Amino acid sequence: MAWLPLVTLAVSLVAAAIIFWLPEHAWHRRTWVNLAAAVIKLMLVGFIILRIVNGHEDTFSLPVVENVAFVLRADALGVMFAGLSSLLWLCTTIYAIGYLEDSPNRKRFFGFFSLCVASTLGIALAGNLFTFVIFYEMLTLSTYPLVVHRGNEKALAAGRVYLRYTLTAGVVLLLGVVWLHSLAGSLAFSEVPSLIHYLPDYGMQLSMIFVLLVGGLGVKAAIVPLHGWLPRAMVAPAPVSALLHAVAVVKAGAFGILRVVYDVYGIELTVALGMNTLLAVIASITIIYGSLRAIAQQELKPLLAFSTISQVSYVILGVSLFGPSGTIGALVHLLHQGLMKVTLFFCAGNYAEELGIHRIDDLNGAGRRMPLTSIAFTVGALGMIGLPPIAGFISKWYLGVGAIQANMHTVVLVLVLSSMLNALYFFPVLYRLWFCQGPAHGQGKWPEERRLGRLETSGWLLWPTMLTALISVLAGLFAGLPFSPLEWAIRVAALEYLP
Amino acid sequence: MIARWGLWEVPLPALASTSWLMMISVLLPVALGVLGSCFPPRRVWPVLLAGTSLMAVGVALLASVMMAGAQLVSFSLGSIPIALRLNGVAVLMLLVTQLIAVATALYTPGMLRQMAPLALGRWLWGLMGALVATLSLIWMAVDLLTLYFALELMGLCAVGMLLLSGKSDALVAGTRYLLLALVGSLAYLLGVALILGRWETLSLIALAEQHVSGPVAWIAAALMGAGLALKAALFPLHAWLAPVHVNAWTPVSALHAALVIKASLYILLMLWSLLLPASEAVPFMMAVLGTLAIVWGGLSAWRADSLKVLVASSTVAQLGYLMLVFPLLLAPDISAQAQQLAWEGYWLLLIGHALAKAAMFMAAGNLIFATGESTLKGLAGTSRRLPLSLLVFGLASVTLMGLPPSAGFIAKWQLLHAMILTTQWWMVVVLLMGTLLTAAYVFRLFRYSFIDSAPRHEFKRLSPEMDVIALFLALAALMLGLFAYWPLTLLEGGL
Repeated sequence: MAWLPLVTLAVSLVAAAIIFWLPEHAWHRRTWVNLAAAVIKLMLVGFIILRIVNGHEDTFSLPVVENVAFVLRADALGVMFAGLSSLLWLCTTIYAIGYLEDSPNRKRFFGFFSLCVASTLGIALAGNLFTFVIFYEMLTLSTYPLVVHRGNEKALAAGRVYLRYTLTAGVVLLLGVVWLHSLAGSLAFSEVPSLIHYLPDYGMQLSMIFVLLVGGLGVKAAIVPLHGWLPRAMVAPAPVSALLHAVAVVKAGAFGILRVVYDVYGIELTVALGMNTLLAVIASITIIYGSLRAIAQQELKPLLAFSTISQVSYVILGVSLFGPSGTIGALVHLLHQGLMKVTLFFCAGNYAEELGIHRIDDLNGAGRRMPLTSIAFTVGALGMIGLPPIAGFISKWYLGVGAIQANMHTVVLVLVLSSMLNALYFFPVLYRLWFCQGPAHGQGKWPEERRLGRLETSGWLLWPTMLTALISVLAGLFAGLPFSPLEWAIRVAALEYLP
Repeated sequence: MIARWGLWEVPLPALASTSWLMMISVLLPVALGVLGSCFPPRRVWPVLLAGTSLMAVGVALLASVMMAGAQLVSFSLGSIPIALRLNGVAVLMLLVTQLIAVATALYTPGMLRQMAPLALGRWLWGLMGALVATLSLIWMAVDLLTLYFALELMGLCAVGMLLLSGKSDALVAGTRYLLLALVGSLAYLLGVALILGRWETLSLIALAEQHVSGPVAWIAAALMGAGLALKAALFPLHAWLAPVHVNAWTPVSALHAALVIKASLYILLMLWSLLLPASEAVPFMMAVLGTLAIVWGGLSAWRADSLKVLVASSTVAQLGYLMLVFPLLLAPDISAQAQQLAWEGYWLLLIGHALAKAAMFMAAGNLIFATGESTLKGLAGTSRRLPLSLLVFGLASVTLMGLPPSAGFIAKWQLLHAMILTTQWWMVVVLLMGTLLTAAYVFRLFRYSFIDSAPRHEFKRLSPEMDVIALFLALAALMLGLFAYWPLTLLEGGL
């Protein structure tokens, strides 16, 4: 069934085309198209997962020029990312419908939103570096209108910075990919990469290409010092931030690095070139730097942005650890961080929409006014710190074990330190939510209170938040069951180490 | 390179139908143009019908090449022999020409209907038909005289079309263009005379067999090159281009930027690969000028206040890429693999740019028409009110930026590959910097369109086909990248 990956991709593209075609005021039809596309895509990805479990790997291939083909391949690693993006797309779509109610330019927003998810899915299912680059650039173009959606001076300035970073990165990545292509020909992702044969003669070139590739991908993954665009892009609407941080942009970069290390260079070659040390160092620096900056933030969304910078580098840290545990940690954190971070951004959006809260010190007592949102926020925050039984604990556990197995004790230190820093910036927020007296106790006033729904806020906003929080807990509690993120990560890691 | 251009005595005789099809492909546009002048179409469907018949001829020629390979046909007009050859490149350019010509023709009735009824509009059809005929002739001709005739006629048609808008600025720009085109033709004609005097033939195939070289060939190459570079608006001879495009009607600018200047470039490259087979310095000089064109064109587009100046300046920059490739195609010590990659990249870039630039002019024309303002500042609020025109502009600029999956991207991929294989790192830097520069001026325009706080204009309504045709062209440029495999098979040596 070679068409299966293509159809899965086409669902979001068709949805985008229909949404662009519908008139602006067609709220109902647009909502139906959005939700139907999201559900169909989730089901198709589920079907692909079943096919993989049964041992089928569907590949669609279209030759473009000599020796270069457009390939979509549903392998275990790709489907992992595809599953995450389609699940979170459904949640974010529901959330965005509620969030953007009565705001202008919704047609443009949802059109590009669908394109953005199509690009993410393309990145997940890309079967070679050529196809990956296509969707990677498409992601840049389709997220720009979302970042500048508000159309004010600040948003346009953020969009300008965003483009400067990402387009330059795209150019660097393209150079690396074409160079690799001219050196080795095939760019296909495979569990047994053949690049290692080039090591004796082309070691220097391979190192340079690796740096170009990781440099190009590192901008989207917000590795320090390439992270400057991310905090600025916070001016975008909350669902966009959630999507950018949890699945689309940042994860695309991290996923690309996973692909390059595991399926293009191979772990052995990466270690032989000494590149895993490089990755470990930049990841450690990013983790500590992101956490330190997060502590200093006064507002909720920038705090979460710097937390993302720090958390995504756990994935890269796991990649740099030579050994199955580190790999499992990296893969599973890719999923867990997405779930938890999307929850946190939904919560931040809920506080902003319902109570007009942007600053952390306005959050006093919000737990009483919005208990469900605050519970979800607490789950996400505790998960980020890495407390059991929430999903974040599992990833940190495997990363720690991986670091000890790889004899990289500094990395263990980094993990401990960053967990402490995480606690240092999340606990004050939790303390304010639950233990401080605020407007809900009759002291002062919320910045801008609106009654959006019968519950603590509109259902469109509340239910996705609850759902992602619930999944974060379940992913941790039932990590041992089949189809849990952990089980799937172990399956992928087994393919990489025991092909 | 000789084989790539099809400049060799093909052993097999041409199919009997080929000569007829070639004649029809040149004469049919003229006939349709005359018909259009006599009975100016007011709706889309008669144009569509005529366009389909024209495209059918092109497709038949394509089939002929697929079946019988490269073919050579000789006619004689009195005592003047005319040789036409049909090979992969020629048929590819012919099809692109017909496609863009039909698209602009479909765009025209809508545009003329929206404007005040103009008597001049009727002339557009005849000139357009003649222009397409001369272009078709240029892609197929392999003797210097036919090329001269077609080139001269093409220039006159182009000037005539530019003058139709009737503005006084257009008159000034058109007259300047006419003068420069004549100077260019004169230089070309001098080169022809030199070649005729030295080798006593005008046939490119005979010249290719004699392996012409030496000072006479160099001087002829320099004269013809200068003349053609002037007509093709290659940097630094580009200054006439922007005023011409700013003042002309939208379909005229689209045709001109997409095809007319490319025809001169086509002849230039073909002649130089014949006359300068072992030169290293000249192609290198072209590449340096191309680099300057990319920077200069990019910067002027970035600083442009008016929409059409932006689009016209971007043409200068895009021509720079085509000049940058010259050393990879013409220099003697380039490996066969790198040359093939550069060859494919060159044509993909050229075709992608032709489609995208036509779409971009139409989108720009639509935006200007609807807002009534020609400046970038006038675009404020268009992202809400004219999303389709803006989307077309965006899709077309994806090709110009060379971002995936457009034809421009695949072209850049091939060119980068060739540059890395030949270790021309400075060209790699130029190519990649050019991408960023293009992005800078394109997104500057989009920033204006996203401003929401501007006062509301009364926007005029466009007829729907004006947007749809532009969208079609932009999508064609975009998808050509992914489906480049089939057009590129036409560019393999020997076809």
